[in-house]
Amino acid sequence: MNKLLLHPLAKPTLWLLCLAPLAWLLVGAVANRLGANPAEALIRSTGDWVLRGLCLTLAVTPLRQASGWHALARFRRSLGLFTFFYGMLHFLCFAWLDMGFDLQAILKDIPKRPFILVGTAALLLMAPLAATSFNSAIKALGAKRWQALHRTVYAVAGLGLLHFFWMRAGKNDFGEWSVYAAIVALLLGWRVWRARGRGAAGVGTPRSSPARL
Amino acid sequence: MPEALDRGFNHRLSSEITPRQAYLDRRQWLQATATAGLGAALAPTWGQTGASPSGGKLAALKGGRSAVPGGLTMDKPTAYADVISYNNFYEFGTDKADPAKNAHSLKPRPWTVAIEGEVKKPQTLDLDQLLKLAPMEERVYRLRCVEGWSMVIPWVGWSLAELIKRVEPTGNAKYVQFVTLNDAKQMPGVNSRVLDWPYVEGLRLDEAMHPLTLLAFGLYGEVLPNQNGAPLRLVVPWKYGFKSGKSIVKIRFVEKQPKTSWESAAASEYGFYSNVNPNVDHPRWSQATERRIGEDGLFAKKRPTLMFNGYENQVGQLYTGLDLKKFY
Repeated sequence: MNKLLLHPLAKPTLWLLCLAPLAWLLVGAVANRLGANPAEALIRSTGDWVLRGLCLTLAVTPLRQASGWHALARFRRSLGLFTFFYGMLHFLCFAWLDMGFDLQAILKDIPKRPFILVGTAALLLMAPLAATSFNSAIKALGAKRWQALHRTVYAVAGLGLLHFFWMRAGKNDFGEWSVYAAIVALLLGWRVWRARGRGAAGVGTPRSSPARL
Repeated sequence: MPEALDRGFNHRLSSEITPRQAYLDRRQWLQATATAGLGAALAPTWGQTGASPSGGKLAALKGGRSAVPGGLTMDKPTAYADVISYNNFYEFGTDKADPAKNAHSLKPRPWTVAIEGEVKKPQTLDLDQLLKLAPMEERVYRLRCVEGWSMVIPWVGWSLAELIKRVEPTGNAKYVQFVTLNDAKQMPGVNSRVLDWPYVEGLRLDEAMHPLTLLAFGLYGEVLPNQNGAPLRLVVPWKYGFKSGKSIVKIRFVEKQPKTSWESAAASEYGFYSNVNPNVDHPRWSQATERRIGEDGLFAKKRPTLMFNGYENQVGQLYTGLDLKKFY
């Protein structure tokens, strides 16, 4: 598996896969296959892909550690950047298709609708992560600081979920939201569990092992 | 510049102007009927065209041209395909594509409507009695959803006032309540707790008596598709769409203002009146503009929403002295 993941075509394949939803939406828009309200369909679909991108990005590390496919790590940056890319598209669709690029209307709308405020905050928090995603930024920041900064992604996931929750709250319809929430909870819970396990092992072992002996 | 009163001649887009072929066809029809000696009646927009928009799936239901002021907007009707595929009818799911997918389980026949409460002649009417109760009219109305989109729909039905006059409300009748069917066997959505079922809506008696308030049995010259509220629904064109209850089984005349489903769910967001009003925002979004489904291009700016959805001339006097910000 690691060999397959290291194949020179692996990354281009990932990029194509990441661009496929956008291509699908563009074809749908041009062919008028997005239903009665194509603007709404574009805004919602790009938002769905941000949440899916976040889940995929957050799944890389657990999957790598659980499976031993350590070459997966090379895809984390691409997945994160594509998530940000769909986040930008999502905001662009909102600003353009819903607000007609009316800056005053946008500035009035962001605080008026708490879910838009939260979504905008999530996107703004993603920006520094995207800006520091390349190797020399990691070097410049130092691995520790870089890692601390990039833990912001957990806040982004939380805000993204809250954004989607509030959006659906108007219709009391949380079916789809629960699926995303469960996936994010699983992926973050796994990290907490692992961090605790490591901590407990470090502190607990010396004390408990003599007792057992 | 103040928004000019919309008498149907303001065409923001050239696409709003009747296509040449369409008016030529209408003229041809007029000439044909005139030569046949039937020219007294003007051609309704949809009632007389031969083709069935549902492809023969639904029975024809023709209506005569309405003489009610405001009853025939000149706005271009929304495409039939959009009218029947983009619906809010939570009894069949909350996604707007759900009703078209799920409403096949609704059985619009046999159907009865119970008229109860403060009336001298309470009665239960079946669908055939209702269909014959008054002459069918075609009404082309704007429909503005509280969510910020709009359509133009050629309905077929008669003014609710026709029914109200026949059942003779007592002096105590101040409000009318409308109750939608609540049957889990026919409506999968009522198993969810999105709203308290059955869906209930209400109007003041004078609103219900207004000639524009329509009891609709059809659209586009055919009986209502299930997802649009078959076999009969209310249409109150100057109020947000949710005020117009679908698949109605009970009409009750009451003395006190009845609580509506959306008031029970979120009173601060959905008031009893819910008149279309660009100056009173929903607490979570602006109501100043709207997207006309199928017409305003993807990149077009949304159009301004009109006071009382453009029916101010007809219904404005119902609300004289009422603080519309307080009674939203």
